[in-house]
Amino acid sequence: MSIRSRTGRVDIKATYYLIPPVFSMPEFQEKSPVRGREQLTPDVCRLTLHAPKIAEHARPGQFVMARAGATLDPLLRRPFSIHKATGDGLISILFKVVGKGTRLLAAAAESVEIDLIGPLGRGFDTTVAGPHCLIGGGMGIAPLYFLAERLMRAGRQASNPPVLLGAQTQAELLLLAEEFTELGYPVLTATDDGTIGHHGFVTELLDDILPEVQQVYVCGPMPMMRTVALKCRAAGTPCQVSLETHMACGLGACLGCTYPASGGGYLHVCKDGPVCSAEEVTWTL
Amino acid sequence: MDPLTGAASPDLRVDIGPLRLRNPVMTASGTFGYGEEFASLVNLNRLGAIIVKGISLEPRRGNPPPKIIETACGMLNAIGLENVGVDRFITEKLPFLRRLETPVIVNILGDSIEEYSRLADKLNYARGIAALEVNISCPNVKKGGVAFGTVPEMATAVTRSVRQATGLPVIIKLSPNVTDIALIARAVEEAGADAISLINTLLGMAVDIRTRRPRLANIFGGLSGPAIKPVALRMVWQAARAVSIPVVGIGGITTVEDALEFLMAGATAVQVGTANFFRPTATEEIVAGLEEFLRQEDLSSVRQLIGSLKTE
Repeated sequence: MSIRSRTGRVDIKATYYLIPPVFSMPEFQEKSPVRGREQLTPDVCRLTLHAPKIAEHARPGQFVMARAGATLDPLLRRPFSIHKATGDGLISILFKVVGKGTRLLAAAAESVEIDLIGPLGRGFDTTVAGPHCLIGGGMGIAPLYFLAERLMRAGRQASNPPVLLGAQTQAELLLLAEEFTELGYPVLTATDDGTIGHHGFVTELLDDILPEVQQVYVCGPMPMMRTVALKCRAAGTPCQVSLETHMACGLGACLGCTYPASGGGYLHVCKDGPVCSAEEVTWTL
Repeated sequence: MDPLTGAASPDLRVDIGPLRLRNPVMTASGTFGYGEEFASLVNLNRLGAIIVKGISLEPRRGNPPPKIIETACGMLNAIGLENVGVDRFITEKLPFLRRLETPVIVNILGDSIEEYSRLADKLNYARGIAALEVNISCPNVKKGGVAFGTVPEMATAVTRSVRQATGLPVIIKLSPNVTDIALIARAVEEAGADAISLINTLLGMAVDIRTRRPRLANIFGGLSGPAIKPVALRMVWQAARAVSIPVVGIGGITTVEDALEFLMAGATAVQVGTANFFRPTATEEIVAGLEEFLRQEDLSSVRQLIGSLKTE
Protein backbone atom coordinates (compact mmCIF):
# COMPACT_ATOMS: atom_id res chain seq x y z
CA MET A 1 0.00 0.00 0.00
CA SER A 2 1.26 3.46 -0.74
CA ILE A 3 -0.23 6.93 -0.57
CA ARG A 4 0.53 10.15 -2.37
CA SER A 5 1.73 12.93 -0.11
CA ARG A 6 0.80 16.51 -0.86
CA THR A 7 3.90 16.87 -3.03
CA GLY A 8 2.71 13.99 -5.17
CA ARG A 9 5.54 11.65 -4.24
CA VAL A 10 5.07 8.29 -2.62
CA ASP A 11 5.76 8.76 1.06
CA ILE A 12 7.09 5.57 2.58
CA LYS A 13 7.00 7.00 6.11
CA ALA A 14 3.28 7.76 5.78
CA THR A 15 2.69 4.20 4.69
CA TYR A 16 4.37 2.91 7.83
CA TYR A 17 2.47 5.16 10.21
CA LEU A 18 -0.89 4.22 8.72
CA ILE A 19 -0.46 0.67 10.01
CA PRO A 20 -2.69 0.60 13.09
CA PRO A 21 -1.01 -0.21 16.45
CA VAL A 22 -2.65 -3.62 16.65
CA PHE A 23 -0.27 -4.79 13.94
CA SER A 24 2.88 -3.55 15.64
CA MET A 25 5.31 -6.29 16.61
CA PRO A 26 5.92 -7.08 20.28
CA GLU A 27 9.29 -6.14 21.75
CA PHE A 28 10.86 -7.47 24.91
CA GLN A 29 13.70 -6.69 27.24
CA GLU A 30 15.33 -9.88 28.52
CA LYS A 31 18.33 -10.49 30.73
CA SER A 32 19.81 -13.31 28.68
CA PRO A 33 22.46 -15.64 30.13
CA VAL A 34 25.23 -16.78 27.80
CA ARG A 35 24.74 -20.46 27.04
CA GLY A 36 27.49 -20.81 24.45
CA ARG A 37 30.60 -18.96 23.32
CA GLU A 38 32.49 -19.74 20.15
CA GLN A 39 35.58 -17.98 18.89
CA LEU A 40 35.35 -18.70 15.15
CA THR A 41 38.50 -16.68 14.44
CA PRO A 42 40.62 -14.40 16.65
CA ASP A 43 38.14 -11.59 16.06
CA VAL A 44 34.88 -13.30 15.09
CA CYS A 45 32.69 -14.42 17.96
CA ARG A 46 29.36 -16.22 18.21
CA LEU A 47 27.29 -15.99 21.38
CA THR A 48 24.29 -18.16 22.12
CA LEU A 49 21.93 -16.60 24.64
CA HIS A 50 18.83 -17.74 26.47
CA ALA A 51 16.15 -15.22 25.47
CA PRO A 52 12.90 -17.17 25.20
CA LYS A 53 10.51 -14.31 24.44
CA ILE A 54 12.77 -12.84 21.81
CA ALA A 55 13.41 -16.28 20.31
CA GLU A 56 9.70 -17.04 20.13
CA HIS A 57 8.74 -13.82 18.33
CA ALA A 58 11.84 -13.25 16.19
CA ARG A 59 11.59 -13.30 12.43
CA PRO A 60 14.55 -13.56 10.07
CA GLY A 61 16.06 -10.16 9.34
CA GLN A 62 15.18 -8.70 12.72
CA PHE A 63 17.79 -7.62 15.23
CA VAL A 64 18.46 -7.14 18.93
CA MET A 65 20.09 -4.30 20.88
CA ALA A 66 22.61 -5.79 23.30
CA ARG A 67 24.32 -4.48 26.39
CA ALA A 68 27.05 -6.46 28.19
CA GLY A 69 26.89 -4.89 31.61
CA ALA A 70 25.70 -1.88 33.56
CA THR A 71 28.71 0.07 32.32
CA LEU A 72 28.34 3.71 31.26
CA ASP A 73 31.29 3.40 28.88
CA PRO A 74 30.48 2.12 26.35
CA LEU A 75 27.13 3.81 26.93
CA LEU A 76 24.90 2.59 24.15
CA ARG A 77 23.64 -0.82 23.20
CA ARG A 78 24.95 -2.42 20.03
CA PRO A 79 22.71 -3.78 17.27
CA PHE A 80 23.12 -7.38 16.13
CA SER A 81 21.05 -9.20 13.55
CA ILE A 82 19.55 -12.41 14.87
CA HIS A 83 21.78 -15.15 13.44
CA LYS A 84 19.85 -18.12 14.84
CA ALA A 85 16.65 -18.54 16.87
CA THR A 86 15.97 -22.07 17.99
CA GLY A 87 12.95 -23.72 19.57
CA ASP A 88 14.44 -24.01 23.05
CA GLY A 89 14.43 -20.28 23.70
CA LEU A 90 17.96 -19.67 22.43
CA ILE A 91 19.17 -17.04 20.00
CA SER A 92 22.64 -16.53 18.57
CA ILE A 93 24.47 -13.45 17.41
CA LEU A 94 27.57 -13.52 15.22
CA PHE A 95 29.90 -10.55 15.13
CA LYS A 96 33.38 -9.21 14.59
CA VAL A 97 35.08 -7.41 17.48
CA VAL A 98 35.56 -3.85 16.23
CA GLY A 99 35.45 -1.69 19.34
CA LYS A 100 34.59 -1.26 23.01
CA GLY A 101 31.07 -2.66 22.83
CA THR A 102 31.85 -5.78 20.83
CA ARG A 103 34.99 -6.42 22.91
CA LEU A 104 32.94 -6.43 26.10
CA LEU A 105 30.37 -8.79 24.62
CA ALA A 106 33.02 -11.16 23.24
CA ALA A 107 34.55 -11.36 26.72
CA ALA A 108 31.29 -12.42 28.39
CA ALA A 109 31.71 -15.80 30.04
CA GLU A 110 29.06 -18.50 30.19
CA SER A 111 26.02 -17.66 32.34
CA VAL A 112 26.85 -13.93 32.31
CA GLU A 113 23.61 -12.06 31.56
CA ILE A 114 23.49 -9.98 28.41
CA ASP A 115 20.69 -7.40 28.46
CA LEU A 116 18.78 -7.71 25.18
CA ILE A 117 15.94 -5.75 23.61
CA GLY A 118 14.20 -7.34 20.66
CA PRO A 119 13.10 -8.54 18.26
CA LEU A 120 13.35 -5.23 16.44
CA GLY A 121 12.85 -3.95 12.95
CA ARG A 122 11.42 -5.17 9.70
CA GLY A 123 12.45 -8.67 8.69
CA PHE A 124 12.76 -10.47 5.38
CA ASP A 125 9.58 -10.93 3.37
CA THR A 126 9.38 -14.58 2.32
CA THR A 127 6.02 -14.43 0.56
CA VAL A 128 7.50 -14.47 -2.94
CA ALA A 129 7.37 -18.13 -3.91
CA GLY A 130 9.80 -20.01 -6.06
CA PRO A 131 13.60 -20.28 -6.24
CA HIS A 132 15.52 -17.65 -4.35
CA CYS A 133 19.11 -16.63 -3.85
CA LEU A 134 20.67 -15.79 -0.50
CA ILE A 135 23.92 -13.88 -0.91
CA GLY A 136 26.02 -12.81 2.07
CA GLY A 137 29.30 -10.98 2.48
CA GLY A 138 31.39 -11.07 5.65
CA MET A 139 29.33 -10.59 8.80
CA GLY A 140 26.32 -10.05 6.49
CA ILE A 141 26.08 -13.82 6.45
CA ALA A 142 24.70 -13.70 10.01
CA PRO A 143 21.00 -12.90 9.38
CA LEU A 144 20.93 -15.11 6.28
CA TYR A 145 21.37 -18.25 8.37
CA PHE A 146 18.15 -17.53 10.30
CA LEU A 147 16.42 -16.85 6.98
CA ALA A 148 17.74 -20.05 5.44
CA GLU A 149 16.67 -22.07 8.45
CA ARG A 150 13.10 -20.75 8.28
CA LEU A 151 12.91 -21.28 4.53
CA MET A 152 14.19 -24.82 5.06
CA ARG A 153 11.42 -25.46 7.64
CA ALA A 154 8.94 -24.50 4.94
CA GLY A 155 10.61 -26.94 2.56
CA ARG A 156 11.82 -24.10 0.39
CA GLN A 157 15.46 -25.25 0.23
CA ALA A 158 14.63 -28.28 -1.90
CA SER A 159 16.10 -28.00 -5.41
CA ASN A 160 16.97 -24.39 -4.74
CA PRO A 161 19.98 -22.67 -6.34
CA PRO A 162 23.01 -22.31 -4.04
CA VAL A 163 23.46 -19.87 -1.22
CA LEU A 164 26.39 -17.57 -2.07
CA LEU A 165 28.76 -16.71 0.77
CA GLY A 166 31.80 -14.47 0.53
CA ALA A 167 34.53 -13.20 2.83
CA GLN A 168 38.00 -11.70 2.67
CA THR A 169 39.62 -15.01 3.53
CA GLN A 170 38.75 -18.60 4.48
CA ALA A 171 38.71 -18.04 8.29
CA GLU A 172 35.11 -18.31 9.53
CA LEU A 173 33.65 -18.90 6.07
CA LEU A 174 34.32 -22.64 6.06
CA LEU A 175 32.36 -23.34 9.23
CA LEU A 176 29.45 -21.10 8.23
CA ALA A 177 29.27 -22.68 4.77
CA GLU A 178 29.01 -26.13 6.39
CA GLU A 179 26.12 -24.96 8.55
CA PHE A 180 24.15 -23.83 5.51
CA THR A 181 24.92 -27.14 3.81
CA GLU A 182 23.53 -28.97 6.86
CA LEU A 183 20.24 -27.15 6.27
CA GLY A 184 20.06 -28.71 2.82
CA TYR A 185 21.15 -25.70 0.79
CA PRO A 186 23.95 -26.06 -1.75
CA VAL A 187 26.63 -23.45 -1.05
CA LEU A 188 29.13 -21.63 -3.23
CA THR A 189 31.88 -19.61 -1.58
CA ALA A 190 34.16 -16.79 -2.68
CA THR A 191 37.18 -15.22 -0.99
CA ASP A 192 39.17 -12.10 -1.85
CA ASP A 193 42.41 -14.04 -1.38
CA GLY A 194 41.26 -17.28 -3.01
CA THR A 195 41.85 -19.46 0.08
CA ILE A 196 38.55 -21.20 -0.59
CA GLY A 197 35.97 -21.10 -3.34
CA HIS A 198 35.92 -18.58 -6.13
CA HIS A 199 38.89 -16.20 -6.08
CA GLY A 200 37.13 -12.85 -6.27
CA PHE A 201 33.90 -11.16 -5.17
CA VAL A 202 30.87 -13.22 -4.18
CA THR A 203 28.76 -10.96 -6.40
CA GLU A 204 30.52 -12.46 -9.41
CA LEU A 205 28.82 -15.77 -8.58
CA LEU A 206 25.40 -14.19 -8.88
CA ASP A 207 25.39 -13.76 -12.64
CA ASP A 208 24.81 -17.46 -13.43
CA ILE A 209 22.15 -17.84 -10.77
CA LEU A 210 20.13 -14.67 -11.26
CA PRO A 211 18.16 -15.93 -14.31
CA GLU A 212 16.90 -18.90 -12.24
CA VAL A 213 15.51 -17.04 -9.20
CA GLN A 214 12.38 -15.04 -8.32
CA GLN A 215 13.80 -13.25 -5.27
CA VAL A 216 17.25 -12.25 -4.02
CA TYR A 217 18.12 -11.64 -0.36
CA VAL A 218 21.42 -9.89 0.27
CA CYS A 219 23.33 -8.76 3.33
CA GLY A 220 26.87 -7.47 3.47
CA PRO A 221 28.98 -4.34 3.03
CA MET A 222 27.17 -1.49 1.26
CA PRO A 223 29.27 -1.63 -1.96
CA MET A 224 28.49 -5.35 -2.25
CA MET A 225 24.75 -4.80 -1.71
CA ARG A 226 24.82 -1.99 -4.24
CA THR A 227 26.35 -4.28 -6.85
CA VAL A 228 23.69 -6.91 -6.17
CA ALA A 229 20.89 -4.30 -6.23
CA LEU A 230 21.99 -3.02 -9.61
CA LYS A 231 22.27 -6.52 -11.09
CA CYS A 232 18.79 -7.36 -9.79
CA ARG A 233 17.34 -4.15 -11.15
CA ALA A 234 18.79 -4.93 -14.58
CA ALA A 235 17.33 -8.44 -14.43
CA GLY A 236 13.96 -7.23 -13.10
CA THR A 237 14.33 -9.48 -10.07
CA PRO A 238 13.06 -8.27 -6.67
CA CYS A 239 15.89 -7.78 -4.20
CA GLN A 240 15.74 -7.37 -0.43
CA VAL A 241 18.68 -5.80 1.35
CA SER A 242 19.55 -5.61 5.03
CA LEU A 243 20.97 -2.22 5.99
CA GLU A 244 23.38 -1.46 8.80
CA THR A 245 24.04 1.87 10.52
CA HIS A 246 25.16 3.22 13.87
CA MET A 247 22.22 3.11 16.23
CA ALA A 248 21.65 4.69 19.61
CA CYS A 249 18.24 3.25 20.56
CA GLY A 250 17.05 0.78 17.90
CA LEU A 251 13.49 1.67 18.87
CA GLY A 252 12.64 4.47 16.47
CA ALA A 253 13.07 7.22 19.06
CA CYS A 254 16.49 8.79 18.56
CA LEU A 255 16.14 9.18 14.77
CA GLY A 256 19.90 8.68 14.47
CA CYS A 257 19.93 5.67 12.14
CA THR A 258 18.78 7.36 8.95
CA TYR A 259 19.80 6.27 5.46
CA PRO A 260 18.96 8.15 2.25
CA ALA A 261 15.76 6.84 0.70
CA SER A 262 15.23 6.74 -3.04
CA GLY A 263 13.01 9.63 -4.07
CA GLY A 264 14.37 11.90 -1.33
CA GLY A 265 14.13 11.90 2.43
CA TYR A 266 15.47 9.27 4.77
CA LEU A 267 14.47 5.87 6.02
CA HIS A 268 15.10 4.86 9.61
CA VAL A 269 17.03 1.61 9.51
CA CYS A 270 15.59 0.40 12.82
CA LYS A 271 11.94 0.90 11.83
CA ASP A 272 11.77 1.04 8.01
CA GLY A 273 14.47 -1.63 7.98
CA PRO A 274 16.88 -3.19 8.52
CA VAL A 275 15.36 -5.15 5.67
CA CYS A 276 13.89 -3.21 2.81
CA SER A 277 13.48 -3.47 -0.90
CA ALA A 278 16.58 -2.46 -2.85
CA GLU A 279 14.39 0.03 -4.69
CA GLU A 280 13.66 1.97 -1.47
CA VAL A 281 17.30 2.89 -0.94
CA THR A 282 19.54 5.51 -2.55
CA TRP A 283 22.68 3.67 -3.56
CA THR A 284 25.43 6.24 -3.08
CA LEU A 285 28.66 5.61 -4.91
CA MET B 1 0.07 2.12 51.46
CA ASP B 2 2.91 -0.03 52.75
CA PRO B 3 1.46 -3.53 53.17
CA LEU B 4 3.84 -4.34 56.04
CA THR B 5 3.48 -1.29 58.26
CA GLY B 6 0.21 0.17 57.05
CA ALA B 7 1.95 3.51 56.57
CA ALA B 8 0.84 5.76 53.71
CA SER B 9 2.93 5.56 50.52
CA PRO B 10 5.27 8.51 50.13
CA ASP B 11 3.68 11.33 48.16
CA LEU B 12 5.52 11.85 44.90
CA ARG B 13 3.23 14.56 43.52
CA VAL B 14 4.75 17.83 42.33
CA ASP B 15 3.34 20.96 40.73
CA ILE B 16 4.85 22.58 37.67
CA GLY B 17 2.90 25.80 37.73
CA PRO B 18 -0.75 24.83 37.18
CA LEU B 19 0.24 21.31 36.11
CA ARG B 20 0.06 18.65 38.83
CA LEU B 21 2.14 15.54 38.14
CA ARG B 22 1.80 12.18 39.89
CA ASN B 23 5.59 12.07 40.24
CA PRO B 24 8.57 14.25 39.24
CA VAL B 25 9.89 11.97 36.48
CA MET B 26 9.35 12.99 32.85
CA THR B 27 10.86 11.89 29.56
CA ALA B 28 13.08 14.40 27.76
CA SER B 29 12.11 15.58 24.29
CA GLY B 30 13.91 13.77 21.50
CA THR B 31 14.59 10.65 23.55
CA PHE B 32 11.17 9.08 23.77
CA GLY B 33 9.72 9.57 20.30
CA TYR B 34 6.00 10.14 20.56
CA GLY B 35 5.59 7.63 23.38
CA GLU B 36 4.33 4.69 21.38
CA GLU B 37 7.89 3.62 20.52
CA PHE B 38 8.33 2.53 24.14
CA ALA B 39 4.83 1.19 24.79
CA SER B 40 5.84 -2.49 24.86
CA LEU B 41 8.82 -1.91 27.16
CA VAL B 42 7.62 0.73 29.64
CA ASN B 43 4.39 1.27 31.57
CA LEU B 44 3.70 4.75 30.22
CA ASN B 45 1.05 5.36 32.88
CA ARG B 46 3.72 5.22 35.60
CA LEU B 47 5.48 8.35 34.34
CA GLY B 48 5.02 11.88 35.66
CA ALA B 49 4.76 13.25 32.13
CA ILE B 50 5.81 12.46 28.59
CA ILE B 51 7.51 15.19 26.61
CA VAL B 52 7.42 14.31 22.94
CA LYS B 53 9.94 14.88 20.18
CA GLY B 54 10.08 18.58 19.27
CA ILE B 55 7.53 19.70 16.68
CA SER B 56 7.87 22.43 14.06
CA LEU B 57 5.24 23.95 11.79
CA GLU B 58 6.39 22.07 8.71
CA PRO B 59 7.88 18.55 8.76
CA ARG B 60 11.65 18.58 8.98
CA ARG B 61 13.76 15.94 7.31
CA GLY B 62 16.69 16.38 9.65
CA ASN B 63 20.41 16.34 8.92
CA PRO B 64 22.22 13.90 6.65
CA PRO B 65 23.95 10.96 8.34
CA PRO B 66 26.11 10.38 10.31
CA LYS B 67 23.95 12.02 12.97
CA ILE B 68 24.95 10.20 16.16
CA ILE B 69 28.26 9.21 17.64
CA GLU B 70 28.98 7.66 20.99
CA THR B 71 31.50 9.46 23.21
CA ALA B 72 32.92 8.56 26.62
CA CYS B 73 29.87 8.18 28.91
CA GLY B 74 27.75 10.10 26.43
CA MET B 75 26.80 10.71 22.87
CA LEU B 76 26.76 13.50 20.32
CA ASN B 77 23.67 13.99 18.21
CA ALA B 78 23.05 16.16 15.16
CA ILE B 79 19.61 14.82 14.38
CA GLY B 80 18.63 18.21 13.02
CA LEU B 81 15.24 18.56 14.72
CA GLU B 82 13.75 15.93 12.44
CA ASN B 83 10.00 15.66 13.06
CA VAL B 84 6.71 14.94 11.31
CA GLY B 85 5.43 18.52 11.61
CA VAL B 86 2.52 19.78 13.73
CA ASP B 87 -0.30 18.63 11.41
CA ARG B 88 0.83 15.00 11.30
CA PHE B 89 1.62 15.14 15.01
CA ILE B 90 -1.99 16.09 15.76
CA THR B 91 -3.56 13.55 13.41
CA GLU B 92 -1.16 10.61 13.76
CA LYS B 93 0.64 10.80 17.11
CA LEU B 94 -1.72 12.55 19.50
CA PRO B 95 -4.56 9.97 19.36
CA PHE B 96 -2.39 7.28 20.97
CA LEU B 97 -1.06 9.75 23.57
CA ARG B 98 -4.59 10.86 24.48
CA ARG B 99 -5.44 7.30 25.56
CA LEU B 100 -2.78 7.49 28.27
CA GLU B 101 -3.35 8.61 31.84
CA THR B 102 -0.10 10.51 31.76
CA PRO B 103 0.10 14.23 30.87
CA VAL B 104 1.55 14.93 27.45
CA ILE B 105 3.78 17.95 27.04
CA VAL B 106 4.52 19.08 23.50
CA ASN B 107 7.99 20.46 22.82
CA ILE B 108 7.91 23.14 20.12
CA LEU B 109 10.69 24.63 18.02
CA GLY B 110 11.06 27.23 15.33
CA ASP B 111 13.53 29.21 13.30
CA SER B 112 11.66 32.50 13.78
CA ILE B 113 9.58 34.05 16.55
CA GLU B 114 6.53 33.87 14.29
CA GLU B 115 6.91 30.12 13.90
CA TYR B 116 6.82 29.61 17.68
CA SER B 117 3.65 31.65 18.12
CA ARG B 118 1.93 30.07 15.12
CA LEU B 119 2.75 26.64 16.51
CA ALA B 120 1.46 27.51 19.96
CA ASP B 121 -1.70 28.86 18.35
CA LYS B 122 -2.27 25.69 16.28
CA LEU B 123 -1.82 23.50 19.33
CA ASN B 124 -4.56 25.44 21.13
CA TYR B 125 -7.01 23.55 18.94
CA ALA B 126 -5.65 20.10 19.73
CA ARG B 127 -7.08 18.12 22.63
CA GLY B 128 -4.95 16.17 25.05
CA ILE B 129 -2.01 18.51 25.56
CA ALA B 130 -1.12 19.39 29.14
CA ALA B 131 1.61 21.97 28.51
CA LEU B 132 4.11 23.31 26.01
CA GLU B 133 7.86 23.08 26.39
CA VAL B 134 9.65 25.63 24.24
CA ASN B 135 13.03 24.67 22.77
CA ILE B 136 14.92 27.95 22.50
CA SER B 137 18.24 26.37 21.53
CA CYS B 138 17.28 26.63 17.86
CA PRO B 139 19.07 29.07 15.58
CA ASN B 140 17.24 32.31 14.80
CA VAL B 141 17.62 32.39 11.03
CA LYS B 142 16.63 36.06 10.92
CA LYS B 143 19.59 36.91 13.15
CA GLY B 144 22.30 34.96 11.37
CA GLY B 145 21.61 31.67 13.09
CA VAL B 146 22.36 32.73 16.66
CA ALA B 147 20.46 30.47 19.05
CA PHE B 148 17.45 32.17 20.67
CA GLY B 149 18.43 30.92 24.06
CA THR B 150 21.88 32.47 24.05
CA VAL B 151 20.69 36.09 23.94
CA PRO B 152 18.42 37.32 26.77
CA GLU B 153 16.42 39.64 24.49
CA MET B 154 15.66 36.83 22.02
CA ALA B 155 14.80 34.39 24.81
CA THR B 156 12.44 37.04 26.17
CA ALA B 157 10.86 37.64 22.77
CA VAL B 158 10.14 33.94 22.14
CA THR B 159 8.75 33.47 25.65
CA ARG B 160 6.48 36.48 25.36
CA SER B 161 5.14 35.49 21.96
CA VAL B 162 4.35 31.93 23.08
CA ARG B 163 2.86 33.22 26.34
CA GLN B 164 0.49 35.45 24.36
CA ALA B 165 -0.45 32.70 21.94
CA THR B 166 -1.48 30.01 24.42
CA GLY B 167 -3.38 29.41 27.64
CA LEU B 168 -1.43 26.21 28.34
CA PRO B 169 1.38 26.14 30.91
CA VAL B 170 4.60 27.24 29.22
CA ILE B 171 7.94 25.66 30.13
CA ILE B 172 10.98 27.27 28.54
CA LYS B 173 13.82 24.82 27.86
CA LEU B 174 17.13 26.64 28.25
CA SER B 175 20.36 26.28 26.30
CA PRO B 176 23.48 25.66 28.39
CA ASN B 177 25.74 27.20 25.78
CA VAL B 178 25.72 30.54 27.57
CA THR B 179 27.97 32.39 29.97
CA ASP B 180 25.34 33.17 32.59
CA ILE B 181 22.40 30.80 32.87
CA ALA B 182 20.80 32.82 35.68
CA LEU B 183 20.49 35.80 33.36
CA ILE B 184 18.55 33.80 30.77
CA ALA B 185 16.47 32.14 33.49
CA ARG B 186 15.41 35.49 34.94
CA ALA B 187 14.67 36.91 31.49
CA VAL B 188 12.23 34.14 30.60
CA GLU B 189 10.64 34.23 34.04
CA GLU B 190 9.96 37.93 33.61
CA ALA B 191 8.57 37.30 30.14
CA GLY B 192 5.90 35.00 31.57
CA ALA B 193 7.26 31.45 31.67
CA ASP B 194 5.44 29.14 34.09
CA ALA B 195 8.58 27.04 34.52
CA ILE B 196 12.00 26.45 33.04
CA SER B 197 13.72 23.21 32.08
CA LEU B 198 17.47 22.81 31.69
CA ILE B 199 19.80 21.82 30.29
CA ASN B 200 19.52 21.10 26.60
CA THR B 201 22.62 19.54 25.01
CA LEU B 202 26.13 21.00 25.11
CA LEU B 203 27.75 21.80 21.77
CA GLY B 204 30.51 19.35 20.90
CA MET B 205 32.31 17.54 18.10
CA ALA B 206 34.35 14.41 17.35
CA VAL B 207 36.99 13.62 14.73
CA ASP B 208 37.78 10.46 12.77
CA ILE B 209 41.57 10.39 12.72
CA ARG B 210 41.79 7.94 9.81
CA THR B 211 39.67 9.96 7.40
CA ARG B 212 40.57 13.28 9.06
CA ARG B 213 36.91 14.25 8.95
CA PRO B 214 34.40 15.21 11.63
CA ARG B 215 32.45 12.15 12.73
CA LEU B 216 29.16 14.02 12.34
CA ALA B 217 28.06 15.23 8.91
CA ASN B 218 26.95 18.44 10.62
CA ILE B 219 30.41 18.83 12.26
CA PHE B 220 28.89 19.99 15.59
CA GLY B 221 26.41 18.04 17.63
CA GLY B 222 24.76 18.14 21.04
CA LEU B 223 26.45 16.21 23.84
CA SER B 224 24.17 14.35 26.25
CA GLY B 225 24.37 11.52 28.73
CA PRO B 226 26.14 10.98 32.06
CA ALA B 227 29.15 13.03 30.88
CA ILE B 228 27.13 16.27 31.07
CA LYS B 229 25.55 15.72 34.47
CA PRO B 230 27.98 17.87 36.51
CA VAL B 231 27.44 20.82 34.18
CA ALA B 232 23.67 20.36 34.15
CA LEU B 233 23.54 20.07 37.92
CA ARG B 234 25.55 23.23 38.40
CA MET B 235 23.28 25.16 36.04
CA VAL B 236 20.11 23.85 37.67
CA TRP B 237 21.41 24.98 41.05
CA GLN B 238 22.28 28.42 39.68
CA ALA B 239 18.94 28.80 37.88
CA ALA B 240 16.89 27.62 40.87
CA ARG B 241 18.49 30.29 43.01
CA ALA B 242 17.77 32.97 40.40
CA VAL B 243 14.04 32.39 39.79
CA SER B 244 10.95 31.54 41.81
CA ILE B 245 9.21 29.54 39.10
CA PRO B 246 9.71 25.75 39.13
CA VAL B 247 12.89 24.39 37.57
CA VAL B 248 12.93 21.03 35.76
CA GLY B 249 16.36 19.38 35.75
CA ILE B 250 17.76 17.57 32.70
CA GLY B 251 21.22 16.22 31.97
CA GLY B 252 22.66 12.74 32.30
CA ILE B 253 20.02 11.45 34.71
CA THR B 254 20.23 7.66 34.61
CA THR B 255 19.54 6.48 38.19
CA VAL B 256 17.50 7.55 41.17
CA GLU B 257 20.67 8.91 42.77
CA ASP B 258 21.11 11.26 39.82
CA ALA B 259 17.49 12.39 40.06
CA LEU B 260 17.86 13.05 43.79
CA GLU B 261 20.93 15.23 43.21
CA PHE B 262 18.88 17.44 40.90
CA LEU B 263 15.89 17.62 43.24
CA MET B 264 18.13 18.60 46.14
CA ALA B 265 19.84 21.21 43.97
CA GLY B 266 16.47 22.86 43.44
CA ALA B 267 14.68 21.02 40.67
CA THR B 268 10.95 20.42 41.19
CA ALA B 269 11.01 17.64 38.62
CA VAL B 270 13.48 15.92 36.33
CA GLN B 271 13.62 14.66 32.78
CA VAL B 272 15.31 11.45 31.75
CA GLY B 273 16.79 11.59 28.27
CA THR B 274 19.66 9.60 26.82
CA ALA B 275 19.21 6.88 29.44
CA ASN B 276 15.97 5.90 27.68
CA PHE B 277 18.09 4.67 24.78
CA PHE B 278 20.12 2.12 26.69
CA ARG B 279 17.81 1.53 29.69
CA PRO B 280 14.23 1.98 28.48
CA THR B 281 12.89 1.26 31.98
CA ALA B 282 15.07 3.98 33.58
CA THR B 283 12.08 6.29 34.22
CA GLU B 284 10.06 3.59 35.98
CA GLU B 285 13.08 2.53 38.02
CA ILE B 286 13.66 6.12 39.13
CA VAL B 287 10.03 6.51 40.23
CA ALA B 288 10.28 3.33 42.30
CA GLY B 289 13.65 4.45 43.62
CA LEU B 290 12.23 7.79 44.80
CA GLU B 291 9.51 6.03 46.77
CA GLU B 292 12.10 3.77 48.34
CA PHE B 293 14.41 6.69 49.22
CA LEU B 294 11.60 8.62 50.89
CA ARG B 295 10.72 5.56 52.97
CA GLN B 296 14.35 5.06 53.98
CA GLU B 297 14.67 8.74 54.95
CA ASP B 298 11.30 8.67 56.69
CA LEU B 299 9.93 11.49 54.57
CA SER B 300 6.29 11.74 53.56
CA SER B 301 6.63 13.81 50.41
CA VAL B 302 9.16 14.29 47.62
CA ARG B 303 8.53 18.02 47.94
CA GLN B 304 10.53 17.95 51.18
CA LEU B 305 13.63 17.18 49.09
CA ILE B 306 13.32 19.99 46.58
CA GLY B 307 16.03 22.56 47.13
CA SER B 308 17.18 20.85 50.30
CA LEU B 309 20.87 21.19 49.40
CA LYS B 310 22.78 22.72 52.31
CA THR B 311 25.58 25.11 51.44
CA GLU B 312 26.57 26.43 54.84
